Amino acid sequence: MIASLRRNPLAVIALIAVSAVLLWLMAHQAALKPGATFWLGVLVLWALIWIGNDALSGLSTASPVAARLRNLAVPAIFGVTLLLLWQLVVKGFGIPLVLLPAPSDIWAKLITSLPTLKADFIQTFLRAVLPGWIIGSLAGFLVAILCDAWGFLKRGLLPLGNLFAALPIVGVAPIMVMWFGFDWQSKVAVVVIMTFFPMLVNAVTGLQAAGALERDLMRSYGASYLDTLLKLRLPAAMPFIFNALKINSTLALIGAIVAEFFGTPIVGMGFRISTEVGRLGLDMVWAEIAVAAIAGSAFYGVIALVERAVTFWHPSYRARKGS
Amino acid sequence: MTLAATRSRPSLAGAFAHGSTLPVTIIVLIVIVVWYLAAIPMNRVLSEPLIAAAGGGLGNTLSISWSLPRPVLPAPHQVLIELWNTVFIVAPWRPKSLLYHCWVTLSSTLLGFILGTLLGVGLAIAIVHVKALSRSLMPWIIASQTIPILAIAPMVIVVLGSIGLTGLLPKSLISMYLCFFPVTIGMVKGLASPDPMQLDLMRTYNASTAQVLWKLRWPAALPFLFASLKVAIAIALVGAIVGELPTGAQAGIGARLLNGSYYGQTQQIWAALVAAAVMSSGLVWLVGFIERRVALAMGGRP
Repeated sequence: MIASLRRNPLAVIALIAVSAVLLWLMAHQAALKPGATFWLGVLVLWALIWIGNDALSGLSTASPVAARLRNLAVPAIFGVTLLLLWQLVVKGFGIPLVLLPAPSDIWAKLITSLPTLKADFIQTFLRAVLPGWIIGSLAGFLVAILCDAWGFLKRGLLPLGNLFAALPIVGVAPIMVMWFGFDWQSKVAVVVIMTFFPMLVNAVTGLQAAGALERDLMRSYGASYLDTLLKLRLPAAMPFIFNALKINSTLALIGAIVAEFFGTPIVGMGFRISTEVGRLGLDMVWAEIAVAAIAGSAFYGVIALVERAVTFWHPSYRARKGS
Repeated sequence: MTLAATRSRPSLAGAFAHGSTLPVTIIVLIVIVVWYLAAIPMNRVLSEPLIAAAGGGLGNTLSISWSLPRPVLPAPHQVLIELWNTVFIVAPWRPKSLLYHCWVTLSSTLLGFILGTLLGVGLAIAIVHVKALSRSLMPWIIASQTIPILAIAPMVIVVLGSIGLTGLLPKSLISMYLCFFPVTIGMVKGLASPDPMQLDLMRTYNASTAQVLWKLRWPAALPFLFASLKVAIAIALVGAIVGELPTGAQAGIGARLLNGSYYGQTQQIWAALVAAAVMSSGLVWLVGFIERRVALAMGGRP
């Protein structure tokens, strides 16, 4: 069946679309406490979407645009199916809100409490995550350049850096709250500490990434240390630096939110999550999680885009064009 | 060549000239000196009236700044004393003992680590063998990590608690969620690492999928597995610590941190941090040790 589907993209798309619309319609009926046939239907539709998605992922296409669309559609269909099943199970089995709210409830809460969510987002993301991420990454980068220029510092700091990278650094949150107060300053401090070491370790490794041949060439040009650094070694280090920036983007969000558990003014994502959990307002918690997930993914995505523009020469991006 | 020579014959002079022992020692010493010096101005708010009462002078300033009961920044020796008192003086099964809290955190870390590794390996095996899974599941596995799971840890704990799951398991589930990601990513890479020639050879032997998995893919994936496990066990510990924050701070390193911050017991926070650091590096070392033993058993060079 899959083999025959593979030769017919239109049939695949029709199969997925029809099954998904049927599942969507069934999700609206789920609150009526349906019987066994209903759930059998759900299972069949799920299986049909699965088969369709499997066939879709196997479709071979000549045009790069279609291939790109396919690569976006397969995970999107998987995710939408998951959301529909979530909705169906929660509503169909009458799972109480305090355990797991349905996607529709979360969406309703998200829409009605936009001002609160916006205030939390500004407090946690714009005031704590972004400055902390910038300061921590920049400091790690500058120390890495110092390490690179002065071998003694590198041999002394790098083992410590590797050790620190494995440590539960979130633990410094209570100390930072004690030192810098309840407001965003203490969260920035936690984020700076968390993002410093990954950048240090990665940037030091990256600065060694330029090959001996290229360095010899620079020497034969009579290039100064600064010229070699700016024109050869920093560009060669960029993949490592962007790797650290990506790691740091998730670490920064975690650091800022966890630091809010230890004391905060009455605004912020971590604060909202911990108080709403206490009040069993799980729909608000999930709305906050949705905001955090979207912000985190967007943050990561922007860094990935910049990376692609800066390190366009890297094999991992050049290879993709050919396939 | 010279690097290999100094590695095989560790002389004292060589270690000083090329090794990292001397630089690390010097930097650690600098950190300790800066720490002691920083403790003086940082504790100024608390120590100033006491110093004035004692009559001032350098000796009084130093002794008072470095021995406050609830300092802003405790001096290193105060942290060591707190560690000594809570580790060696108190019986290890009493809630006042740091060892007791370490054990609580360690047990949920290890359980979460084992569960996460099993889940990660299972997912990787499924992804390597089912093409639709690799296309549809991988992006979601990556997206799942952009959600700051540590941020929803309190909710997970409370929700699981309301359906009757309390104690070890909820915390372990958070560790598990953090653990499975590096293991899955590493193992997908590792299980796909045998080159086509080797896979073709297995096909000429008429090997079944299971045989290819166990005799070729699995051994080839082991270096990737251990690299992932080192990352995984470190974040499993972080997960367990954060998982202890919302449970009303009953036991564990996270509870020590939270209690310390509520009651201003600075030494307690620092001692808990040191304990977490020791545990974390110990666990990573243990994984590395097992890795070397496994590599030896598989015929790798020491």
